[in-house]
Amino acid sequence: MMKTIAWTEADIETLRDAALEVRRQVLRMARRGGCFVGSAFSCADILVYLYTSFLRVYPNRPNDTNRDYFFLSKGHAVPALYATLGEAGFFEPVRLMNHLQIQDDVYWHPNRALPGVEFHAGSLGHLLSVGAGVAMDCKRTGQRNRVVVLSGDGELNEGSMWEAFLISAAYRLDNLIIIIDRNRFQANRGTEELIPLEPLAAKLKTFGLSVCTVDGHDFRAMAEAFTGFPAALGKPTVVLANTVRGKGLTSIEHRVDRWFCAIDDEELERLMRELDEQQEGANRADHDV
Amino acid sequence: MQTTTYENLLRETVLMDDRFIVMTAENRASIRGLVACLGDRFIDVGIAEQALVGMAAGMALRGRIPVVHALAAFLTMRAFEFIRTDVGISGLPVKLIGGVPGLLSTANGPTHQAIEDVALMRGIPGMHVFCPADEQDLLIGLPHVLANPAPVYLRFNDRPSVIRHDRSFAIGKAEILSRGADVTIVTYGTLFTEACEAQSLLETAGLSVGLINLRMLNPVDKDAILQAATDTSLLVTLEDHFLIGGLFSIVSELLIAHRLPARFLPIGFDRKWFRPGPLPDVIEHEGLSGAQIKTKILEEWEHYAEYRPVQ
Repeated sequence: MMKTIAWTEADIETLRDAALEVRRQVLRMARRGGCFVGSAFSCADILVYLYTSFLRVYPNRPNDTNRDYFFLSKGHAVPALYATLGEAGFFEPVRLMNHLQIQDDVYWHPNRALPGVEFHAGSLGHLLSVGAGVAMDCKRTGQRNRVVVLSGDGELNEGSMWEAFLISAAYRLDNLIIIIDRNRFQANRGTEELIPLEPLAAKLKTFGLSVCTVDGHDFRAMAEAFTGFPAALGKPTVVLANTVRGKGLTSIEHRVDRWFCAIDDEELERLMRELDEQQEGANRADHDV
Repeated sequence: MQTTTYENLLRETVLMDDRFIVMTAENRASIRGLVACLGDRFIDVGIAEQALVGMAAGMALRGRIPVVHALAAFLTMRAFEFIRTDVGISGLPVKLIGGVPGLLSTANGPTHQAIEDVALMRGIPGMHVFCPADEQDLLIGLPHVLANPAPVYLRFNDRPSVIRHDRSFAIGKAEILSRGADVTIVTYGTLFTEACEAQSLLETAGLSVGLINLRMLNPVDKDAILQAATDTSLLVTLEDHFLIGGLFSIVSELLIAHRLPARFLPIGFDRKWFRPGPLPDVIEHEGLSGAQIKTKILEEWEHYAEYRPVQ
């Protein structure tokens, strides 16, 4: 792992560039049949952070027995995962041109036909259990693999999530990290308007989990949160990542009607420009500090 | 007759091969004695069938072979989508052991009656379904379904054996106990004991009666069923399961697919749950004792006598 605290501006810009490229790829996939852009953008920075700076994974040996495991439980955010895996070198990013083509497997939910994808997802509330099973086996056998599960916040409506929280705490799975992409949206409404989750951190703590809250778009903040892992010996860690759905494109941020985006060439061009402008703005703001 | 038990056989298997993990959603009836000797290879997740199956899939991703125990009703229905999606889609070698299926839920009532479990499990591509006739049959088949890489649903049945079973076992192969020119009873699981009684009573009444213990419902022994449909005047399916989706459906599908006409008496639960009570009372109340089955078959036999080909 990088010496995160010593990250320079240049390091941060490198990560931002990687995240920008991931977002560009997601938009290209939205051009080819549409995809869940908002959800993908809210976790794009988290994925880039994990794959560049945290996970011990080996793109040339995706099944290396010493690897860390990453499970994307909010499966519809998969364009961001595909793009991140492509950037990380698990496969050629050009493969993403096959988005929704019947002869390839680049479809709306993760599947193991793509190197680096550990397990298929799509039905919410599954992969925390699967990840807990993997974590339990690693722990039981004295292996040092770490298991990271990225879940949506809307996904916390599923009872199976809470089963898995209880069990992970009971079995003291401190090799398990659950990142909750807290973008405060689910398909049609804000999470707090539908089935309120708050006070979420307190709830999770009372379930016996070690909880930290972080800005899921701030690489330095994430590095600090993850560097201390496991936050408490004998406890699974929950990283409550505050995020913005559609982050990176002000024109779609927070918009309930942009849950799923299918765009044409013209919109792609406009959104690409908007992405670049926002990126430049972010970098400039950092330099001005 | 047999010298071991499910628990002992499972213990031996697990202790000899460290890929095996025993898991349960707090259903320890058949594995209570394994807690002490298996250490961290005995995992009880509490009353959480969905997480149980998801975690078993995770274990299987690590190269383990989880042997998962829960009551059949909750395993196959509460956790159905986890079985179908986490285990089924990838064909992971998860071994699902459903406790007290069918009539064996006795006095528990309809909440605990897994009488659609075969329908659900056989509908999952690649899922094997093993329904042993009794304890001896269970122990004969267990090593085979554990060794096979496919996921399996095992409809747990440790009723005492009334016959000596054929020790040779193959995935997708039925145990053909006898062939009959007049009637063949095709059955699986719990009601095998009653099927034996009925067969014996019918033979006494002068009929030539075949008996097939299917053992596996998926893959099913098509040849055995088709042969029985061809060789016999009356084909009887007997199951403690809803007719919809179970053996009645399997045989119907096969007969249609092979354009085979057959006189066919399905015995099972026709869109109703059964009355809860002690097993012998339930069997009697639902008309499933050997004598009652004999009567049903004889009635069918007499009723259609005029259509019977002259032999």
